[in-house]
Amino acid sequence: MFDLTERCALVTGASGGIGEAIARKLYARGATLTLSGTRQRMLESLRVALRTRVPGTHVFVFPCNLSEAESVERLVTEAESAMGRVDILVNSAGVTRDSLILRMKDDDWARVMDVNLTAAFRLSRAVVRGMIKRRFGRMVHITSIVGITGNPGQVNYAAAKAGMIGMTKSLAAEVAARNITVNCVAPGFITTAMTDTLSEVQRNKLISGIPAGRFGVPEDIAAATLFLVSPEAGYITGQTLHINGGMAMV
Amino acid sequence: MSDSIAERVRRIIVEHLGVEEFKVTENASFIDDLGADSLDTVELVMAFEEEFGCEIPDDAAEKILTVKDATAFIKANVKQ
Repeated sequence: MFDLTERCALVTGASGGIGEAIARKLYARGATLTLSGTRQRMLESLRVALRTRVPGTHVFVFPCNLSEAESVERLVTEAESAMGRVDILVNSAGVTRDSLILRMKDDDWARVMDVNLTAAFRLSRAVVRGMIKRRFGRMVHITSIVGITGNPGQVNYAAAKAGMIGMTKSLAAEVAARNITVNCVAPGFITTAMTDTLSEVQRNKLISGIPAGRFGVPEDIAAATLFLVSPEAGYITGQTLHINGGMAMV
Repeated sequence: MSDSIAERVRRIIVEHLGVEEFKVTENASFIDDLGADSLDTVELVMAFEEEFGCEIPDDAAEKILTVKDATAFIKANVKQ
């Protein structure tokens, strides 16, 4: 089950905790990978850690600044020429610029929209062309529970993540007849660099609202992503899979 | 240049829509007669652009509904 042999996947945000766990999981199931992110050294060490089955093949690294339109286009072109095609897109890149709306600058809004939502649109548009031609594709966008519930201090991030869900549904409807599925995975609180900045007090308060009594781990998100990109999930499209220990049941 | 524009257009339509060649008549509508959906029509326009090395703007693409529309547009806009 969940065999990805012969499949070529582009994973953005692979230098982050969730993206890295996804990359590891897809690789373990046989996928050829292109890793993208902002921190080249972390991407390179992930490539080394994956111990490529055949040196010089199977794992490629292309750093990318997702806030620039041309960089996004170039990333997809590079991934397609390195791997031959992109069958699977996992967009796990994301940034936060939290503050209450009264203190939020236009730039905080724009930056979060650019990297979280506009880049997701541009990546999807760039990879879908080849997927339509080949009559196969899997896309997973990593959104967030706050896109559904909202969260004080995150009007920008929550708006971008909610936007991703709407985009996913529309795109899923456009390309379903071409054997392409488009889904979201919505993490709740997961132990990563993004949540490491929380204080002990904040953390305990959050945990009290999670029925499972703990934060999730990146592997929880990776497992769901693997499922959605696998052959077994071919009839699942336009959905958002929530992984949050029961924190929000939607 | 062995094939005429009309022949190349017809070949692309046959390949993309998987229809039999005799059905691809001058007046055949992609959607009504050849079973295309809206995404097929976008794919066809992309295939014409690739084949003839031209760009078909959105407002022109919207008016390409039949086989004849496609050949006429390409004849008028592509230098041979």
